[in-house]
Amino acid sequence: MAEREQVKRGSTEREEEVEAEREPAADRSEKLKAELDDILDEIDEVLEDNAEEFVRNYVQKGGE
Amino acid sequence: MAVQKVLGIETEYGVSVSQQPDANPITASSVLINAYLSAIAGRVDWDFVDESPGNDARGFSVDGSSSTELETHLVNAVLTNGARLYVDHAHPEYSSPECISPLEAVRYDKAGEYIMRRAMSNVKRISNPAQEIVVYKNNSDRKGNSYGCHENYLMDRAVPFSKIVSGVIPFFVTRQVVVGAGKVGSEFTGRDVHPVPFQISQRADFFEEEVGLETTLKRPIVNTRDEPHSDGHRYRRLHVIVGDANLSETSTWLKLGMTATVLSMIEDGFVNGMNLTLAHPVHALRDVSWDPTLKERVMLSDGRKMRAIEIQIEYLERATKYAEAVGYGFLGREEEGPKLFAEWERVLDLLMDDPAKLSDTLDWVAKRELVAGYADRHGLAPDDARLAAIDLQYHDVRPAKSLFSRLPMRTLLSEEEVIAATTEPPTETRAYFRGTCLSRFPESVAAANWDSLIFDLGQDPLRRVPMMDPLRGTKKHVGELFERVQSAAELVEALGS
Repeated sequence: MAEREQVKRGSTEREEEVEAEREPAADRSEKLKAELDDILDEIDEVLEDNAEEFVRNYVQKGGE
Repeated sequence: MAVQKVLGIETEYGVSVSQQPDANPITASSVLINAYLSAIAGRVDWDFVDESPGNDARGFSVDGSSSTELETHLVNAVLTNGARLYVDHAHPEYSSPECISPLEAVRYDKAGEYIMRRAMSNVKRISNPAQEIVVYKNNSDRKGNSYGCHENYLMDRAVPFSKIVSGVIPFFVTRQVVVGAGKVGSEFTGRDVHPVPFQISQRADFFEEEVGLETTLKRPIVNTRDEPHSDGHRYRRLHVIVGDANLSETSTWLKLGMTATVLSMIEDGFVNGMNLTLAHPVHALRDVSWDPTLKERVMLSDGRKMRAIEIQIEYLERATKYAEAVGYGFLGREEEGPKLFAEWERVLDLLMDDPAKLSDTLDWVAKRELVAGYADRHGLAPDDARLAAIDLQYHDVRPAKSLFSRLPMRTLLSEEEVIAATTEPPTETRAYFRGTCLSRFPESVAAANWDSLIFDLGQDPLRRVPMMDPLRGTKKHVGELFERVQSAAELVEALGS
Protein backbone atom coordinates (compact mmCIF):
# COMPACT_ATOMS: atom_id res chain seq x y z
CA MET A 1 0.00 0.00 0.00
CA ALA A 2 2.86 2.36 0.85
CA GLU A 3 4.21 2.17 -2.66
CA ARG A 4 0.77 2.82 -4.09
CA GLU A 5 0.52 6.05 -2.10
CA GLN A 6 3.90 7.04 -3.36
CA VAL A 7 2.77 6.63 -6.94
CA LYS A 8 -0.18 8.92 -6.31
CA ARG A 9 1.98 11.60 -4.76
CA GLY A 10 4.14 11.45 -7.83
CA SER A 11 1.30 12.62 -10.03
CA THR A 12 -0.80 15.23 -8.29
CA GLU A 13 -2.67 16.16 -11.41
CA ARG A 14 -4.06 12.68 -11.83
CA GLU A 15 -4.72 12.36 -8.13
CA GLU A 16 -7.09 15.33 -8.20
CA GLU A 17 -8.99 13.89 -11.11
CA VAL A 18 -9.28 10.52 -9.46
CA GLU A 19 -10.43 12.05 -6.16
CA ALA A 20 -13.06 14.07 -7.96
CA GLU A 21 -14.38 10.86 -9.47
CA ARG A 22 -14.27 9.01 -6.21
CA GLU A 23 -16.25 11.39 -4.03
CA PRO A 24 -19.77 10.42 -5.15
CA ALA A 25 -18.95 6.71 -5.49
CA ALA A 26 -21.36 5.62 -2.74
CA ASP A 27 -24.23 7.64 -4.21
CA ARG A 28 -23.35 6.46 -7.63
CA SER A 29 -23.37 2.87 -6.49
CA GLU A 30 -26.96 3.32 -5.20
CA LYS A 31 -27.95 5.04 -8.40
CA LEU A 32 -26.53 2.19 -10.48
CA LYS A 33 -28.52 -0.34 -8.45
CA ALA A 34 -31.72 1.63 -8.97
CA GLU A 35 -31.06 1.89 -12.70
CA LEU A 36 -30.41 -1.82 -12.93
CA ASP A 37 -33.74 -2.47 -11.17
CA ASP A 38 -35.54 -0.36 -13.76
CA ILE A 39 -33.87 -2.27 -16.58
CA LEU A 40 -34.78 -5.61 -14.98
CA ASP A 41 -38.39 -4.43 -14.77
CA GLU A 42 -38.53 -4.10 -18.53
CA ILE A 43 -36.03 -6.63 -19.77
CA ASP A 44 -38.55 -9.41 -20.45
CA GLU A 45 -40.09 -7.25 -23.17
CA VAL A 46 -36.88 -7.39 -25.24
CA LEU A 47 -35.54 -10.81 -24.33
CA GLU A 48 -35.78 -13.41 -27.08
CA ASP A 49 -39.08 -15.28 -26.66
CA ASN A 50 -37.80 -18.79 -26.24
CA ALA A 51 -34.50 -18.60 -24.42
CA GLU A 52 -33.74 -22.28 -24.69
CA GLU A 53 -34.29 -22.41 -28.43
CA PHE A 54 -32.44 -19.15 -28.97
CA VAL A 55 -29.39 -20.39 -27.11
CA ARG A 56 -29.50 -23.79 -28.82
CA ASN A 57 -29.80 -22.28 -32.29
CA TYR A 58 -26.97 -19.84 -31.83
CA VAL A 59 -24.25 -21.88 -33.51
CA GLN A 60 -21.18 -20.35 -35.12
CA LYS A 61 -18.35 -21.72 -37.16
CA GLY A 62 -14.98 -21.07 -35.59
CA GLY A 63 -13.15 -18.13 -37.07
CA GLU A 64 -9.85 -16.23 -37.00
CA MET B 1 13.33 2.44 -28.61
CA ALA B 2 9.53 2.73 -28.48
CA VAL B 3 7.93 3.59 -31.81
CA GLN B 4 4.63 5.40 -32.19
CA LYS B 5 1.96 2.85 -31.31
CA VAL B 6 -0.07 2.78 -34.49
CA LEU B 7 -2.99 0.55 -33.57
CA GLY B 8 -6.28 -0.95 -34.70
CA ILE B 9 -8.82 -3.69 -34.02
CA GLU B 10 -10.17 -6.43 -36.28
CA THR B 11 -13.48 -7.92 -35.21
CA GLU B 12 -15.16 -11.07 -36.44
CA TYR B 13 -18.84 -10.73 -35.65
CA GLY B 14 -21.09 -13.66 -34.85
CA VAL B 15 -23.83 -13.99 -37.47
CA SER B 16 -27.15 -15.77 -37.47
CA VAL B 17 -30.35 -15.83 -39.47
CA SER B 18 -33.52 -15.68 -37.41
CA GLN B 19 -35.87 -18.65 -37.87
CA GLN B 20 -33.16 -20.40 -39.90
CA PRO B 21 -30.55 -22.00 -37.64
CA ASP B 22 -29.09 -23.98 -40.56
CA ALA B 23 -28.53 -20.98 -42.82
CA ASN B 24 -25.12 -20.90 -44.44
CA PRO B 25 -23.11 -18.35 -42.42
CA ILE B 26 -20.78 -17.59 -45.34
CA THR B 27 -23.73 -16.66 -47.50
CA ALA B 28 -25.35 -14.68 -44.70
CA SER B 29 -22.08 -12.77 -44.12
CA SER B 30 -21.74 -12.07 -47.84
CA VAL B 31 -25.30 -10.84 -48.16
CA LEU B 32 -24.82 -8.62 -45.15
CA ILE B 33 -21.65 -6.99 -46.42
CA ASN B 34 -22.97 -6.61 -49.95
CA ALA B 35 -26.06 -4.96 -48.51
CA TYR B 36 -23.85 -2.35 -46.89
CA LEU B 37 -21.69 -1.84 -49.96
CA SER B 38 -24.60 -1.57 -52.36
CA ALA B 39 -26.04 1.23 -50.26
CA ILE B 40 -22.83 3.22 -50.61
CA ALA B 41 -22.15 2.12 -54.19
CA GLY B 42 -22.35 5.68 -55.41
CA ARG B 43 -19.41 6.55 -53.21
CA VAL B 44 -17.07 3.58 -53.47
CA ASP B 45 -17.09 1.84 -56.78
CA TRP B 46 -15.55 -1.44 -55.82
CA ASP B 47 -15.79 -3.98 -58.62
CA PHE B 48 -18.04 -6.50 -56.85
CA VAL B 49 -20.56 -3.82 -55.96
CA ASP B 50 -21.89 -4.45 -59.45
CA GLU B 51 -22.86 -7.93 -58.35
CA SER B 52 -26.57 -7.67 -57.82
CA PRO B 53 -27.48 -7.48 -54.14
CA GLY B 54 -30.98 -8.61 -55.09
CA ASN B 55 -29.58 -11.92 -56.30
CA ASP B 56 -27.60 -12.29 -53.15
CA ALA B 57 -30.64 -11.74 -51.05
CA ARG B 58 -32.53 -14.37 -52.96
CA GLY B 59 -29.65 -16.77 -52.71
CA PHE B 60 -29.81 -16.41 -48.98
CA SER B 61 -33.54 -16.28 -48.49
CA VAL B 62 -34.35 -19.25 -50.68
CA ASP B 63 -31.98 -21.95 -49.52
CA GLY B 64 -28.48 -20.53 -49.35
CA SER B 65 -27.49 -22.51 -52.40
CA SER B 66 -25.78 -19.69 -54.26
CA SER B 67 -22.11 -20.11 -54.94
CA THR B 68 -20.55 -19.26 -51.63
CA GLU B 69 -17.03 -19.59 -52.93
CA LEU B 70 -17.65 -16.98 -55.53
CA GLU B 71 -19.23 -14.69 -53.00
CA THR B 72 -16.50 -14.94 -50.41
CA HIS B 73 -13.97 -14.41 -53.11
CA LEU B 74 -15.73 -11.22 -54.02
CA VAL B 75 -16.70 -9.78 -50.68
CA ASN B 76 -13.62 -7.92 -49.64
CA ALA B 77 -13.88 -4.17 -49.63
CA VAL B 78 -11.94 -1.18 -48.47
CA LEU B 79 -14.06 1.69 -47.18
CA THR B 80 -13.56 5.43 -47.43
CA ASN B 81 -12.79 5.48 -43.70
CA GLY B 82 -9.74 3.34 -44.47
CA ALA B 83 -11.20 0.18 -42.93
CA ARG B 84 -11.50 -3.25 -44.50
CA LEU B 85 -14.91 -4.95 -44.55
CA TYR B 86 -15.02 -8.56 -45.66
CA VAL B 87 -16.05 -12.14 -45.07
CA ASP B 88 -13.48 -14.05 -43.07
CA HIS B 89 -14.15 -17.76 -42.71
CA ALA B 90 -17.82 -17.77 -41.79
CA HIS B 91 -18.03 -14.32 -40.23
CA PRO B 92 -18.47 -10.73 -41.31
CA GLU B 93 -15.27 -8.95 -40.31
CA TYR B 94 -14.46 -5.30 -39.89
CA SER B 95 -10.81 -4.25 -39.58
CA SER B 96 -10.51 -0.70 -38.38
CA PRO B 97 -8.10 1.67 -40.12
CA GLU B 98 -4.76 2.43 -38.49
CA CYS B 99 -5.00 5.01 -35.72
CA ILE B 100 -2.36 6.65 -33.56
CA SER B 101 -4.39 7.15 -30.41
CA PRO B 102 -6.37 4.61 -28.39
CA LEU B 103 -9.44 6.88 -28.30
CA GLU B 104 -9.34 7.32 -32.06
CA ALA B 105 -9.17 3.54 -32.41
CA VAL B 106 -12.22 3.21 -30.12
CA ARG B 107 -14.07 5.60 -32.44
CA TYR B 108 -13.27 3.47 -35.48
CA ASP B 109 -14.12 0.26 -33.64
CA LYS B 110 -17.52 1.71 -32.72
CA ALA B 111 -17.93 2.82 -36.34
CA GLY B 112 -17.73 -0.88 -37.23
CA GLU B 113 -20.82 -1.52 -35.09
CA TYR B 114 -22.68 1.24 -36.94
CA ILE B 115 -21.66 -0.26 -40.26
CA MET B 116 -23.00 -3.66 -39.17
CA ARG B 117 -26.24 -2.03 -38.03
CA ARG B 118 -26.67 -0.29 -41.33
CA ALA B 119 -25.91 -3.53 -43.18
CA MET B 120 -28.54 -5.38 -41.14
CA SER B 121 -31.23 -2.81 -41.81
CA ASN B 122 -30.40 -2.81 -45.53
CA VAL B 123 -30.81 -6.59 -45.62
CA LYS B 124 -34.13 -6.24 -43.86
CA ARG B 125 -35.36 -3.91 -46.57
CA ILE B 126 -34.52 -6.25 -49.44
CA SER B 127 -35.33 -9.65 -47.98
CA ASN B 128 -37.97 -11.58 -46.10
CA PRO B 129 -38.23 -9.80 -42.72
CA ALA B 130 -38.90 -13.10 -40.97
CA GLN B 131 -35.37 -14.17 -41.91
CA GLU B 132 -33.48 -11.29 -40.45
CA ILE B 133 -29.66 -11.49 -40.47
CA VAL B 134 -28.42 -10.61 -37.02
CA VAL B 135 -24.86 -9.91 -35.90
CA TYR B 136 -23.39 -10.24 -32.44
CA LYS B 137 -20.21 -8.60 -31.26
CA ASN B 138 -19.02 -11.47 -29.10
CA ASN B 139 -16.46 -14.27 -29.29
CA SER B 140 -18.15 -17.59 -28.71
CA ASP B 141 -21.34 -19.48 -29.47
CA ARG B 142 -21.28 -21.14 -26.03
CA LYS B 143 -20.74 -24.51 -27.74
CA GLY B 144 -16.98 -24.43 -28.04
CA ASN B 145 -16.69 -22.36 -31.22
CA SER B 146 -14.74 -19.15 -30.84
CA TYR B 147 -13.97 -16.28 -33.20
CA GLY B 148 -11.67 -13.43 -32.60
CA CYS B 149 -11.28 -9.78 -31.86
CA HIS B 150 -7.65 -9.07 -32.62
CA GLU B 151 -5.64 -5.99 -31.76
CA ASN B 152 -2.63 -4.78 -33.71
CA TYR B 153 0.20 -2.63 -32.45
CA LEU B 154 3.19 -1.26 -34.33
CA MET B 155 6.47 -2.13 -32.66
CA ASP B 156 10.17 -1.64 -33.18
CA ARG B 157 11.60 -4.58 -35.15
CA ALA B 158 14.89 -4.25 -33.26
CA VAL B 159 13.31 -5.47 -30.02
CA PRO B 160 13.82 -9.25 -29.78
CA PHE B 161 10.54 -11.15 -29.88
CA SER B 162 11.53 -13.14 -26.79
CA LYS B 163 11.69 -9.90 -24.85
CA ILE B 164 8.17 -9.02 -25.92
CA VAL B 165 6.93 -12.46 -24.92
CA SER B 166 8.42 -12.44 -21.43
CA GLY B 167 7.38 -8.86 -20.76
CA VAL B 168 3.82 -9.16 -21.95
CA ILE B 169 2.61 -12.59 -20.82
CA PRO B 170 1.91 -11.66 -17.17
CA PHE B 171 0.12 -8.57 -18.46
CA PHE B 172 -1.98 -10.46 -21.02
CA VAL B 173 -2.96 -13.18 -18.56
CA THR B 174 -4.24 -10.66 -16.01
CA ARG B 175 -5.51 -7.67 -18.04
CA GLN B 176 -8.85 -9.45 -18.51
CA VAL B 177 -9.92 -8.23 -15.06
CA VAL B 178 -10.21 -4.85 -16.76
CA VAL B 179 -11.07 -5.72 -20.34
CA GLY B 180 -12.97 -9.04 -20.26
CA ALA B 181 -16.42 -9.10 -21.83
CA GLY B 182 -17.83 -11.68 -19.41
CA LYS B 183 -19.44 -15.03 -20.06
CA VAL B 184 -22.13 -17.15 -18.41
CA GLY B 185 -20.71 -20.64 -17.87
CA SER B 186 -17.63 -22.25 -19.38
CA GLU B 187 -16.76 -24.06 -22.60
CA PHE B 188 -13.54 -25.57 -21.33
CA THR B 189 -13.31 -29.29 -21.96
CA GLY B 190 -10.04 -30.16 -20.24
CA ARG B 191 -9.49 -32.24 -17.18
CA ASP B 192 -9.68 -29.68 -14.40
CA VAL B 193 -13.19 -28.67 -15.40
CA HIS B 194 -15.53 -27.58 -12.63
CA PRO B 195 -18.76 -25.56 -12.61
CA VAL B 196 -18.19 -21.95 -13.60
CA PRO B 197 -21.41 -19.95 -13.24
CA PHE B 198 -19.88 -16.76 -14.61
CA GLN B 199 -16.42 -15.89 -15.87
CA ILE B 200 -14.60 -12.69 -16.75
CA SER B 201 -13.44 -13.49 -20.29
CA GLN B 202 -15.19 -14.79 -23.41
CA ARG B 203 -11.97 -16.32 -24.67
CA ALA B 204 -9.95 -17.75 -21.78
CA ASP B 205 -11.50 -21.23 -22.22
CA PHE B 206 -9.88 -21.54 -25.65
CA PHE B 207 -6.17 -20.94 -25.03
CA GLU B 208 -3.76 -23.83 -24.91
CA GLU B 209 -0.26 -22.47 -25.55
CA GLU B 210 1.95 -19.64 -24.37
CA VAL B 211 3.41 -18.70 -27.75
CA GLY B 212 2.61 -19.81 -31.28
CA LEU B 213 1.43 -19.08 -34.77
CA GLU B 214 -2.06 -20.56 -34.59
CA THR B 215 -5.26 -18.61 -34.18
CA THR B 216 -7.88 -21.33 -34.62
CA LEU B 217 -6.37 -24.37 -32.91
CA LYS B 218 -4.04 -24.52 -29.95
CA ARG B 219 -4.49 -20.79 -29.53
CA PRO B 220 -1.48 -19.07 -27.95
CA ILE B 221 -1.46 -16.19 -25.45
CA VAL B 222 1.15 -14.50 -27.64
CA ASN B 223 0.60 -14.90 -31.36
CA THR B 224 3.68 -14.98 -33.56
CA ARG B 225 2.08 -14.07 -36.88
CA ASP B 226 4.66 -11.92 -38.60
CA GLU B 227 2.96 -9.85 -41.26
CA PRO B 228 4.20 -6.32 -40.67
CA HIS B 229 2.07 -4.68 -43.40
CA SER B 230 4.83 -2.09 -43.39
CA ASP B 231 8.60 -1.89 -43.69
CA GLY B 232 9.57 -5.15 -42.00
CA HIS B 233 13.12 -4.01 -41.39
CA ARG B 234 11.95 -1.22 -39.12
CA TYR B 235 8.64 -2.43 -37.79
CA ARG B 236 6.82 -5.36 -36.36
CA ARG B 237 3.04 -5.60 -36.06
CA LEU B 238 2.17 -7.38 -32.85
CA HIS B 239 -1.02 -9.30 -33.51
CA VAL B 240 -2.87 -9.83 -30.23
CA ILE B 241 -5.50 -12.56 -30.16
CA VAL B 242 -6.07 -12.99 -26.43
CA GLY B 243 -8.69 -10.25 -26.08
CA ASP B 244 -12.48 -10.17 -26.16
CA ALA B 245 -14.67 -8.01 -28.39
CA ASN B 246 -15.82 -5.16 -26.18
CA LEU B 247 -18.93 -3.04 -26.38
CA SER B 248 -18.01 -0.70 -23.53
CA GLU B 249 -16.02 2.22 -24.90
CA THR B 250 -14.01 2.39 -21.69
CA SER B 251 -13.12 -1.30 -21.91
CA THR B 252 -11.83 -0.88 -25.47
CA TRP B 253 -10.04 2.37 -24.62
CA LEU B 254 -8.23 0.83 -21.66
CA LYS B 255 -7.50 -2.38 -23.56
CA LEU B 256 -5.70 -0.42 -26.27
CA GLY B 257 -4.15 2.22 -24.04
CA MET B 258 -2.86 -0.13 -21.35
CA THR B 259 -1.46 -2.54 -23.94
CA ALA B 260 0.17 0.19 -26.03
CA THR B 261 1.77 1.51 -22.84
CA VAL B 262 3.11 -1.86 -21.73
CA LEU B 263 4.48 -2.60 -25.21
CA SER B 264 6.24 0.77 -25.27
CA MET B 265 7.69 0.03 -21.86
CA ILE B 266 8.99 -3.30 -23.17
CA GLU B 267 10.60 -1.55 -26.14
CA ASP B 268 12.30 0.90 -23.80
CA GLY B 269 13.43 -1.77 -21.33
CA PHE B 270 11.11 -0.37 -18.66
CA VAL B 271 9.66 -3.70 -17.54
CA ASN B 272 13.07 -5.09 -16.69
CA GLY B 273 13.24 -6.38 -13.14
CA MET B 274 9.48 -6.60 -12.60
CA ASN B 275 9.83 -10.32 -11.93
CA LEU B 276 6.24 -11.25 -12.68
CA THR B 277 6.94 -14.38 -14.70
CA LEU B 278 4.07 -16.78 -14.17
CA ALA B 279 4.63 -20.45 -13.38
CA HIS B 280 1.71 -21.66 -15.56
CA PRO B 281 0.39 -18.86 -17.77
CA VAL B 282 -2.21 -20.92 -19.68
CA HIS B 283 -3.74 -22.30 -16.47
CA ALA B 284 -3.54 -18.87 -14.88
CA LEU B 285 -5.46 -17.35 -17.80
CA ARG B 286 -8.41 -19.62 -17.00
CA ASP B 287 -8.07 -19.39 -13.24
CA VAL B 288 -8.25 -15.61 -13.44
CA SER B 289 -11.20 -15.69 -15.82
CA TRP B 290 -13.13 -18.18 -13.70
CA ASP B 291 -12.92 -16.02 -10.58
CA PRO B 292 -15.03 -12.86 -10.83
CA THR B 293 -14.43 -12.22 -7.13
CA LEU B 294 -10.82 -11.41 -8.12
CA LYS B 295 -9.53 -13.14 -4.98
CA GLU B 296 -7.76 -16.06 -6.70
CA ARG B 297 -3.97 -15.96 -6.61
CA VAL B 298 -1.82 -17.21 -9.45
CA MET B 299 1.57 -18.80 -8.98
CA LEU B 300 4.68 -16.97 -10.10
CA SER B 301 7.78 -18.85 -11.19
CA ASP B 302 9.64 -17.60 -8.09
CA GLY B 303 7.02 -19.26 -5.87
CA ARG B 304 5.11 -16.11 -4.90
CA LYS B 305 1.35 -16.00 -5.35
CA MET B 306 -0.37 -12.85 -6.55
CA ARG B 307 -3.88 -11.74 -7.45
CA ALA B 308 -4.42 -10.69 -11.06
CA ILE B 309 -5.39 -7.21 -9.90
CA GLU B 310 -2.14 -6.93 -7.94
CA ILE B 311 -0.16 -7.79 -11.06
CA GLN B 312 -2.10 -5.15 -13.00
CA ILE B 313 -1.35 -2.59 -10.28
CA GLU B 314 2.35 -3.34 -10.62
CA TYR B 315 2.13 -2.63 -14.33
CA LEU B 316 0.28 0.64 -13.69
CA GLU B 317 2.82 1.74 -11.11
CA ARG B 318 5.66 1.02 -13.51
CA ALA B 319 3.76 2.76 -16.31
CA THR B 320 3.28 5.85 -14.18
CA LYS B 321 7.03 6.06 -13.64
CA TYR B 322 7.54 5.47 -17.35
CA ALA B 323 5.20 8.32 -18.33
CA GLU B 324 6.91 10.60 -15.83
CA ALA B 325 10.19 9.79 -17.54
CA VAL B 326 9.19 9.98 -21.20
CA GLY B 327 5.81 11.75 -21.38
CA TYR B 328 2.77 10.34 -23.14
CA GLY B 329 3.93 10.58 -26.73
CA PHE B 330 3.72 6.82 -27.20
CA LEU B 331 -0.08 7.13 -26.89
CA GLY B 332 -0.20 9.30 -29.96
CA ARG B 333 -1.69 12.43 -28.48
CA GLU B 334 -0.03 13.98 -25.44
CA GLU B 335 -3.36 15.23 -24.03
CA GLU B 336 -4.98 11.79 -24.09
CA GLY B 337 -2.33 10.14 -21.91
CA PRO B 338 -3.15 11.72 -18.52
CA LYS B 339 -6.87 11.06 -19.01
CA LEU B 340 -6.27 7.44 -19.92
CA PHE B 341 -3.94 6.92 -16.96
CA ALA B 342 -6.49 8.51 -14.60
CA GLU B 343 -9.19 6.15 -15.81
CA TRP B 344 -6.79 3.20 -15.64
CA GLU B 345 -6.08 4.05 -11.99
CA ARG B 346 -9.74 4.67 -11.12
CA VAL B 347 -10.70 1.29 -12.58
CA LEU B 348 -7.96 -0.65 -10.79
CA ASP B 349 -8.80 1.07 -7.49
CA LEU B 350 -12.47 0.18 -7.80
CA LEU B 351 -11.69 -3.39 -8.84
CA MET B 352 -9.65 -3.67 -5.64
CA ASP B 353 -12.46 -2.11 -3.59
CA ASP B 354 -15.66 -3.56 -5.13
CA PRO B 355 -15.92 -4.50 -8.82
CA ALA B 356 -19.71 -3.95 -8.77
CA LYS B 357 -19.00 -0.22 -8.68
CA LEU B 358 -17.78 -0.52 -12.26
CA SER B 359 -21.08 -1.78 -13.64
CA ASP B 360 -21.35 1.40 -15.72
CA THR B 361 -17.78 1.10 -16.96
CA LEU B 362 -16.60 -2.42 -17.78
CA ASP B 363 -18.29 -5.04 -19.94
CA TRP B 364 -17.81 -8.05 -17.70
CA VAL B 365 -19.05 -6.23 -14.61
CA ALA B 366 -22.08 -4.80 -16.41
CA LYS B 367 -23.01 -8.22 -17.74
CA ARG B 368 -22.47 -9.91 -14.41
CA GLU B 369 -24.71 -7.43 -12.59
CA LEU B 370 -27.41 -7.90 -15.22
CA VAL B 371 -27.23 -11.70 -15.10
CA ALA B 372 -27.05 -11.84 -11.30
CA GLY B 373 -29.90 -9.34 -10.95
CA TYR B 374 -32.12 -11.34 -13.28
CA ALA B 375 -31.27 -14.65 -11.61
CA ASP B 376 -32.05 -13.19 -8.16
CA ARG B 377 -35.33 -11.72 -9.23
CA HIS B 378 -36.61 -14.93 -10.80
CA GLY B 379 -34.81 -17.41 -8.55
CA LEU B 380 -32.96 -19.04 -11.46
CA ALA B 381 -30.26 -21.69 -11.26
CA PRO B 382 -26.89 -20.69 -12.79
CA ASP B 383 -27.43 -22.99 -15.78
CA ASP B 384 -30.86 -21.62 -16.68
CA ALA B 385 -31.09 -20.96 -20.42
CA ARG B 386 -32.45 -17.47 -19.76
CA LEU B 387 -29.12 -16.42 -18.28
CA ALA B 388 -27.24 -17.78 -21.29
CA ALA B 389 -29.70 -15.88 -23.50
CA ILE B 390 -28.98 -12.65 -21.63
CA ASP B 391 -25.27 -13.29 -22.18
CA LEU B 392 -25.77 -13.62 -25.96
CA GLN B 393 -28.20 -10.77 -26.22
CA TYR B 394 -25.85 -8.41 -24.40
CA HIS B 395 -23.83 -8.50 -27.65
CA ASP B 396 -26.72 -8.18 -30.12
CA VAL B 397 -25.77 -5.20 -32.26
CA ARG B 398 -29.36 -4.16 -33.12
CA PRO B 399 -30.29 -1.15 -30.99
CA ALA B 400 -33.76 -2.50 -30.18
CA LYS B 401 -32.41 -5.85 -29.00
CA SER B 402 -29.00 -4.96 -27.56
CA LEU B 403 -29.00 -5.36 -23.79
CA PHE B 404 -25.72 -3.49 -23.60
CA SER B 405 -27.31 -0.38 -25.05
CA ARG B 406 -30.02 -0.40 -22.37
CA LEU B 407 -27.43 -0.10 -19.63
CA PRO B 408 -26.32 3.28 -18.31
CA MET B 409 -22.75 2.86 -19.54
CA ARG B 410 -20.24 5.71 -19.50
CA THR B 411 -19.37 6.90 -22.98
CA LEU B 412 -16.33 8.66 -24.37
CA LEU B 413 -17.61 9.61 -27.81
CA SER B 414 -20.66 11.32 -29.25
CA GLU B 415 -22.85 9.55 -31.77
CA GLU B 416 -21.88 12.19 -34.36
CA GLU B 417 -18.18 11.42 -33.90
CA VAL B 418 -18.79 7.70 -34.39
CA ILE B 419 -21.00 8.17 -37.44
CA ALA B 420 -18.41 10.47 -39.02
CA ALA B 421 -15.88 7.67 -38.57
CA THR B 422 -17.94 5.35 -40.77
CA THR B 423 -16.96 7.41 -43.83
CA GLU B 424 -14.05 9.70 -42.94
CA PRO B 425 -10.56 8.27 -42.41
CA PRO B 426 -8.33 9.02 -39.43
CA THR B 427 -6.06 11.92 -40.34
CA GLU B 428 -2.87 10.87 -38.57
CA THR B 429 -1.86 7.68 -40.41
CA ARG B 430 -1.64 6.35 -43.96
CA ALA B 431 -5.34 5.43 -43.61
CA TYR B 432 -5.93 9.07 -44.52
CA PHE B 433 -4.31 8.56 -47.91
CA ARG B 434 -6.11 5.26 -48.50
CA GLY B 435 -9.54 6.53 -47.49
CA THR B 436 -9.23 9.85 -49.29
CA CYS B 437 -8.16 8.17 -52.53
CA LEU B 438 -11.21 5.92 -52.28
CA SER B 439 -13.61 8.79 -51.72
CA ARG B 440 -12.01 11.17 -54.25
CA PHE B 441 -11.04 8.80 -57.08
CA PRO B 442 -12.98 5.56 -56.61
CA GLU B 443 -13.07 4.84 -60.33
CA SER B 444 -9.27 4.93 -60.51
CA VAL B 445 -8.45 2.69 -57.56
CA ALA B 446 -8.06 -0.84 -58.87
CA ALA B 447 -7.09 -2.42 -55.58
CA ALA B 448 -6.25 -1.38 -52.08
CA ASN B 449 -4.28 -3.05 -49.35
CA TRP B 450 -2.88 -2.07 -45.97
CA ASP B 451 0.47 -1.11 -47.45
CA SER B 452 -0.29 -0.12 -51.04
CA LEU B 453 -2.83 1.30 -53.46
CA ILE B 454 -3.04 0.27 -57.09
CA PHE B 455 -4.32 2.83 -59.56
CA ASP B 456 -5.84 2.18 -62.96
CA LEU B 457 -5.28 5.41 -64.82
CA GLY B 458 -6.83 4.17 -68.03
CA GLN B 459 -3.54 3.16 -69.57
CA ASP B 460 -1.20 0.23 -68.99
CA PRO B 461 0.44 -0.58 -66.74
CA LEU B 462 -1.40 -0.21 -63.41
CA ARG B 463 0.45 2.12 -61.06
CA ARG B 464 1.25 0.92 -57.58
CA VAL B 465 1.76 3.44 -54.76
CA PRO B 466 3.49 1.77 -51.81
CA MET B 467 2.63 2.93 -48.28
CA MET B 468 5.26 1.10 -46.28
CA ASP B 469 5.28 3.59 -43.40
CA PRO B 470 1.99 3.70 -41.46
CA LEU B 471 2.90 7.19 -40.26
CA ARG B 472 3.16 8.66 -43.76
CA GLY B 473 0.24 9.63 -45.98
CA THR B 474 -1.33 11.64 -43.15
CA LYS B 475 -3.45 14.73 -43.66
CA LYS B 476 -0.43 16.77 -42.69
CA HIS B 477 1.64 15.12 -45.42
CA VAL B 478 -0.84 14.92 -48.28
CA GLY B 479 -3.87 17.02 -47.33
CA GLU B 480 -2.68 19.97 -49.37
CA LEU B 481 -1.79 17.73 -52.29
CA PHE B 482 -5.34 16.35 -52.36
CA GLU B 483 -6.66 19.92 -52.53
CA ARG B 484 -4.39 20.69 -55.46
CA VAL B 485 -5.00 17.68 -57.72
CA GLN B 486 -8.12 17.11 -59.81
CA SER B 487 -7.59 13.49 -60.83
CA ALA B 488 -5.92 10.29 -59.77
CA ALA B 489 -3.48 10.72 -62.67
CA GLU B 490 -2.41 14.11 -61.30
CA LEU B 491 -2.10 12.62 -57.84
CA VAL B 492 0.09 9.74 -58.97
CA GLU B 493 2.13 12.11 -61.11
CA ALA B 494 2.70 14.44 -58.15
CA LEU B 495 3.72 11.53 -55.95
CA GLY B 496 6.30 10.65 -58.60
CA SER B 497 5.61 6.96 -58.44
